[in-house]
Amino acid sequence: MSALPPYASPLQRTWFYTFRLLCGLIFFFLIFPILVILPLSFNAQDFFTFTKEMLALDPAGYSFKHYHDFFTNPDWQQALTNSVLIAPVATLLATSFGTLAAIGLSQSHVPFKSAIMAILISPMIVPLIISAAGMYFFYSRIGLQGTYWGVVLAHAALGTPFVIITVTATLVGFDRSLVRAAASMGANPVTTFFKVQMPLIVPGVVSGALFAFITSFDEVVVVLFLGSAGQKTLPWQMFTGLREQISPTILAVASLMVAISIVLLTVLEFLRRRSERLRGMTPG
Amino acid sequence: MKLKTVILAGTALAFAGHTALAADMTLVSWGGAYQASQKNAYTDPYVAQNPDVTVIWDESSPEAVAKLRAMNEAGNITWDLVDVEAADSIRLCDEGLAMEIDPDTDLADAPDGTKASEDFGDMLVSECFIPQIVFSTTFGYRTDMVPDGVEPPTSACDVFDLEKYPGKRALNKQPIANMEWALLCDGVAYEDVYTTLETEEGVARALAKLDTIKDETIWWSASAEPVQLLADGEIFMGSAYNGRLFSLIEEQKQPVGMAWDWQMFDLDGWVIPAGLPEDRLEAVKKFVHFATDTQRLADQAKYISYGPARKSSAPLVGKHATLGIDMAPHMPTDPNNAKNTFVNNYNWWADYRDDLDAQFQAWLAK
Amino acid sequence: MSNTANAEMLTTQDGKPLKAALSRALFREKMRSLMLIAPLLIFVLLTFVAPIVDMLWRSVENKIVSDTLPETVVVLQEWDPATGEAPDEAAYEALYNDLKIAVAEKTHTRLGSRLNYEKSGISSLFRKTGRRIKRMDEAGPFKEQFLEADGKWGDVEVWQVLKQLSPRFTGGYFLNAVDAEQTPEGIQMKPDEDRIYLFLFGRTLFLSIMITISCLLLGYPIAFLLASLPLRSSNLLMILVLLPFWTSLLVRTSAWKVLLQQQGVINDFLVWIGLISDANRLVMINNQTGTIIAMTHILLPFMILPLYSVMKTISPSYVRAAKSLGANDWIAFWRVYFPQSVPGIGAGAVLVFILSIGYYITPELVGGTSGIFISNRIAYHISSSLNWGLAAALGTLLLVAVLVLFVVYDKIVGIDNVKLG
Repeated sequence: MSALPPYASPLQRTWFYTFRLLCGLIFFFLIFPILVILPLSFNAQDFFTFTKEMLALDPAGYSFKHYHDFFTNPDWQQALTNSVLIAPVATLLATSFGTLAAIGLSQSHVPFKSAIMAILISPMIVPLIISAAGMYFFYSRIGLQGTYWGVVLAHAALGTPFVIITVTATLVGFDRSLVRAAASMGANPVTTFFKVQMPLIVPGVVSGALFAFITSFDEVVVVLFLGSAGQKTLPWQMFTGLREQISPTILAVASLMVAISIVLLTVLEFLRRRSERLRGMTPG
Repeated sequence: MKLKTVILAGTALAFAGHTALAADMTLVSWGGAYQASQKNAYTDPYVAQNPDVTVIWDESSPEAVAKLRAMNEAGNITWDLVDVEAADSIRLCDEGLAMEIDPDTDLADAPDGTKASEDFGDMLVSECFIPQIVFSTTFGYRTDMVPDGVEPPTSACDVFDLEKYPGKRALNKQPIANMEWALLCDGVAYEDVYTTLETEEGVARALAKLDTIKDETIWWSASAEPVQLLADGEIFMGSAYNGRLFSLIEEQKQPVGMAWDWQMFDLDGWVIPAGLPEDRLEAVKKFVHFATDTQRLADQAKYISYGPARKSSAPLVGKHATLGIDMAPHMPTDPNNAKNTFVNNYNWWADYRDDLDAQFQAWLAK
Repeated sequence: MSNTANAEMLTTQDGKPLKAALSRALFREKMRSLMLIAPLLIFVLLTFVAPIVDMLWRSVENKIVSDTLPETVVVLQEWDPATGEAPDEAAYEALYNDLKIAVAEKTHTRLGSRLNYEKSGISSLFRKTGRRIKRMDEAGPFKEQFLEADGKWGDVEVWQVLKQLSPRFTGGYFLNAVDAEQTPEGIQMKPDEDRIYLFLFGRTLFLSIMITISCLLLGYPIAFLLASLPLRSSNLLMILVLLPFWTSLLVRTSAWKVLLQQQGVINDFLVWIGLISDANRLVMINNQTGTIIAMTHILLPFMILPLYSVMKTISPSYVRAAKSLGANDWIAFWRVYFPQSVPGIGAGAVLVFILSIGYYITPELVGGTSGIFISNRIAYHISSSLNWGLAAALGTLLLVAVLVLFVVYDKIVGIDNVKLG
């Protein structure tokens, strides 16, 4: 499929190009909705559609006013601040607990391994609405509902499975004889960990942290139930905006978030290659 | 070492954020143009006088009863003042979730010395209710989508006329107002609407009437939604609060008209959650005293076309703050608009809301 | 090792039996790994599992009736609803005593709301009676006074609901969640017009299947292309898959709102090229179409990624071998390549299905009333109707469905093999 051989029949040729076209259309479906909001976020009007001026590429049809609104509107700024206060702390909790547990899980003899794994992965599997409902009731009982720490703890719990999965993945290819070698040369377990294991799992930890971060930064269902106005995050503000005062400011925010995604994606790809190189695999 | 610094900084930041949030006053309201008018008329001047107060707005009024119940169960009240409709205030008061107030000590007297209880009069529908405004739920329609040669709609009943006015509609995703309109437009006399709704046949009749337009209806839950749908041209006509329609027509200059007949009158006001700690209660009482005085209520009408709940505020209603147009003709109570009105029986709704909500939602989900 | 028992016992340098030393080392290793896991395990148990268990608890808990009306509950034990008559004066007296306290504590309205879930009309009955109770004569006769306050107090059904909900635990919420009810004749399905949950579960299932199929149809060719292209170009194209994956859910939902509205980009475009007239714009949002399109887009990467990782392992030499043996392109694909990609289809399909069955945000924003899921109903019961017990029961049923699917997923893929990105 990778290239058309010179001896291909007309039918094969037709199919080859039809298939490519089909795939092109699907890629278009995947990417178009994300691209379409970029130009619309520069709309000089308060509309969600392309104006005549925009289609004519008239500079008057474009403006930064929705970006300006985002950076000056106190609601959006408060939401941004809250997101920035919540996500890193949740990430920190998820990453530190998750990394330790992943190291523990990758030892060769772990009792009840699959049961433990199932519990630890469950925040990723259980539908968000159920997690949100359960946490709403339970955190209400213990007075965490509507508090900063309530949201942070919930987001940390939702982020841990990603850390476990990514860190475990980097440990799967880990050659245990390296640890034995270090031990036989007199290194104690702590030194071994920091000098041998740590450098190898860092990419996994960082990409797990990125996943945990984006989980919290994008999360809306749980925060809708658990949070109160003091914890209104960026996605919450977007959700309210989508249901209520739909203004193209949402598109400006959306475009900025796409930019953030691109940055995260790039970092992640870089880490993956680095990790594979470190472990002696060919970068792919 | 580096990691340690990061952790410390992160924790410090978190605590800083936490304590900063705890000292604020959280007001719960409906978002959009209405909340903006409250901000302009009440909180902005209040904060100007009391710079140490930070106001946080929460647009959770549609879910106020649920959230207050959850907070009550936990004994952890995070809200300070909640804007609710009259029927919800009765319900919250009945369940002990809202605090009872004494109008004469907690609210300001009128400038001429009239006691607050007399100045608000009938508007004090429950012991917990601090009235702000009279509003109405009425219909807006796209003037540019009225079919050629057809009179524009004038009445709530026109929403049921798919032949004359084809196109999508928007209605509130709850039984209040919809059930009354359905019966009224199906021929039930005005006086008999609520007694009819108390019977199973009455409910079935109302739902059958709503069935005729169900396929063409988008159901809204946030009060800014129908206005947005009108602005986008997604619907031909929809029920919305009159103040929202006012800002859509007069401030945003959209091609939208209003069908005033059988507008549904209702009240809206504050309740203070029960069980606030002493210091926060004092702070919020101070704010309420300020925000519901005669001038403040009249000021709100500068920003949105809702009638102030105090008798003494009415003469002070003047022109719109930025547009400079007279507000009186845009009030739901203006004689030109109030030819046929429907007064929401909030006491009836406080009793029957659970019953009708269950049936209405079951009908809706089908 | 079987002969070690017969041979002289092996010892470590310091003279301890090797077997004991080894098992001690093993024990230490186990403990070390458990110590490493413990913090997270405790954290997840406290912040996540406990709330879920608490929710399961709520779906059967029912102490509000016996807490609010303690005397009445006791008196009603004697009463037999099968007689077809309302209970005698003693029950009304007990009710009077209970309600007097309840009204003072303002708990009777909450009880009314709770009982209203079982029988519509009780909420208003309790509210009305609550207002009358202060004016009732303490000396009785109580039955007469209650009937005067509201004739419904003579209704056997009302008393029957009270009696039936007297126990501190109830299966009533679960019955409600599957459209059944407890009647004097036993458990029965509700009348047709009151049934909604089975219908909603069915719709959730139907929409999730539609979304899974759409994802498979769109995802398979893409995964196939990516797996067959040289690494350099497939890595580039992979970005087109990963970018939506990493983009906020709300961003993508807003994008679809912009695209699908009647005055939106797609309709504008179709009108502009003259395919449809301005008056006949397509309705693609606030219905099932909207939900399916938007969710297919959102979940497509979850189909492509597992498919791709399986297809990557299929060696091209099999297909080449089939062709050299005379198979044409289609046969070679269908008989040789496709069967090897089935595990990927299984993994992707189950993953997409699990994710879609519990979706809330996207249906809420683009689904209208016909495109919503059972999750939206759960949210409604939590925040609007306040029927938390029913929300918990519906949530439990959904949770069970997801866990069953998860076990299936575990069998196909294994939890340890979940890969991200």
